[in-house]
Amino acid sequence: MQQKLGSLFDALLPVIATLAALAVGAVMLLFLKVNPVEAYAALWDGAFGSSNAFAETLVKATPLLLVGIGICISFRGDVINIGGEGQMIIGAVLATWVGLNFTGLPGWLTITLSMMAGFLGGAIWGGIPGVLKAYFSVNEILSTVMMNAIAVQLMNFLLRGPMIDPAQAEMASQIPQTARLEEIFRLPRLAPTRLHLGALIAVIFAVLVYILLWRTTLGYRIRAVGQNPHASRYAGIKVQRYMVLALLLSGAFAGLAGATQVFGVNYRMITDGSSSGFTGSAGFNGIVAALFGGLHPILTIPASILFGALLVGANKMQRVVQVPSALITALNGLVVVFVVSSEIIRKRRQRRREAVAKRDDETPPPAVEAGNKKIQQAEVGS
Amino acid sequence: MISDLFTVTVLIGILASGIRLSTPYLFAAIGETFGQKSGVLNLGVEGQMLLGAFAAFYVALTTGNLWLGLFTAMIVGALMGLAMAYVTVNLHAEQGISGIGFYLFGLGMSDLLFQKLMGTVETVKGFPEIYIPGLSDIPGIGKIFFSQNILVYIAYLLVPIAWFVLNKTTLGLKIRSVGENPDAADSLGVSVSRIRYFTIILGGTLSGIAGASLSIALLNVFQQNMTSGLGFIAVALVYFGAWRPIGVLGGALLFSLINSLQLWVQVLSIPIPSDIAVMMPYVVTILVLVATVSKVRAPSALTKPFERGD
Repeated sequence: MQQKLGSLFDALLPVIATLAALAVGAVMLLFLKVNPVEAYAALWDGAFGSSNAFAETLVKATPLLLVGIGICISFRGDVINIGGEGQMIIGAVLATWVGLNFTGLPGWLTITLSMMAGFLGGAIWGGIPGVLKAYFSVNEILSTVMMNAIAVQLMNFLLRGPMIDPAQAEMASQIPQTARLEEIFRLPRLAPTRLHLGALIAVIFAVLVYILLWRTTLGYRIRAVGQNPHASRYAGIKVQRYMVLALLLSGAFAGLAGATQVFGVNYRMITDGSSSGFTGSAGFNGIVAALFGGLHPILTIPASILFGALLVGANKMQRVVQVPSALITALNGLVVVFVVSSEIIRKRRQRRREAVAKRDDETPPPAVEAGNKKIQQAEVGS
Repeated sequence: MISDLFTVTVLIGILASGIRLSTPYLFAAIGETFGQKSGVLNLGVEGQMLLGAFAAFYVALTTGNLWLGLFTAMIVGALMGLAMAYVTVNLHAEQGISGIGFYLFGLGMSDLLFQKLMGTVETVKGFPEIYIPGLSDIPGIGKIFFSQNILVYIAYLLVPIAWFVLNKTTLGLKIRSVGENPDAADSLGVSVSRIRYFTIILGGTLSGIAGASLSIALLNVFQQNMTSGLGFIAVALVYFGAWRPIGVLGGALLFSLINSLQLWVQVLSIPIPSDIAVMMPYVVTILVLVATVSKVRAPSALTKPFERGD
């Protein structure tokens, strides 16, 4: 019973960490002379207040989930992928290109091809740092950050140049955006809300990634390399190959996230010249969601919804109590810090449990010993 | 035209602004070098810089005192460092991930304060260029080396100081031993946590100055997310420079010179798309990382929390 309560407590740690972050947020709100109750009520209302609000939350959660399940793969393989932003961008670029050019095909086929192009684009952008890490020992944190910066410039170049909306090219405004996708090439929506098929795709992939990681040899090897690369090498696993694969798959899902943003939300690729102008920082927030979900693809689903809710609710909060939604970015940061810090509590408890178990092993109760003797005798006798 | 780049005036301009642009990288990367030498990877540099940049700018704007602004940025950076130190040293939190947390915190917090306290983009009169009689008048050289603001000189002075502290003092020896073999250092009576607290807080302070060097010396404005990845580059430069202050200097100079070159390419409206030009420093950095990093080994205890064995 006590053990069950203990593991429940472990599972609740991220929730406690979030509440702690919200409490700090409340103090910050007080400093800003805003009533925290009123602010958080507006946040809740904005995220869950109506079916439309909830649909918006799910729309925001979709890219977080897709990036997040990718993060589950890479972090499980002990590869830190901070390149979600760039991978989303490149995935979206390739997908948009397909969607705008393969217009002779049936709608469903072009959409499928576009999603695959998004997957591929992200895979390339994640695979490059993977290769650099595995074969040139370039730290992946650095290379993925650099790849983000390169992707942003590539996006700006393409959206202002070769891929610019013909209408924008004629006008003086020159907003960096592509032409709009034709209606048959868009992901279907659940009218009247903006909830699109991408959300379902994301959930399906979350389940598939769970199966991949825990029910296939490939996933087992990625996790083995993550836990102990040396032992894995002795066991005959080609460690470098699985490092590359972990980053490549991680990038692929981010790329798919980028593609769903174009085909499900905006129907065109558009930016303000910065990376978050297109991604809405989902490449970073997806990491937060995955960590919050304990790097478990299924648990990342509710985690993504939570952070989607925070993002959507933040807008409402900004309108109602005039608190900039940047507050939520700061709180997200605190959630990350609190969640990783609370790990020590879980580890200490685990160690204590193990210590107790070990002590029990060393001095088995007399009854057990007597039983063992009987078994031994029986074995000898037979 | 491309040939326009190779006139004396333009070359002097490229070198002068290259040196100026390297200041924030130098401050942040030297600070990060101390942290990593002691075994702590601080990925929150960007967040520390943003908060430092805002603090410096806001104080300078409201009081008109640039030095007070700089000092506030140092305090803010140090406090961020203190929090980072507590989380990574005492709570053994994963360094890379908690760094991202601090980055997001600094990103959101600086934006929030900016919107609440200022609302619109304003400018300050930042640290002026220093005129050194005689030296500043030397043709070319004077413009490149002797007409910079005070923070540029401090940043360059920091390189030999950091080298000296790390390699020639007992403190440096302790820092390096804690980063290479914390168990051995501990058994010799060196306090691993105290050293790491020191290096992380020092790193935070320098990141704060790095932010200030942007907002009250280089650009003289504050905007949301004004560092746009600069802090992450600074972390990369530490790897690039193989954990040596002089290597960091080389990396910072290379990076900023290419950056300065691409700015001039745009100024002279040479027909290279500006977006592609902006991309170049990053591409070059990756290529140099590929060429160099594999030969140098990181501090052995980097990213590993220390715990006394039983």
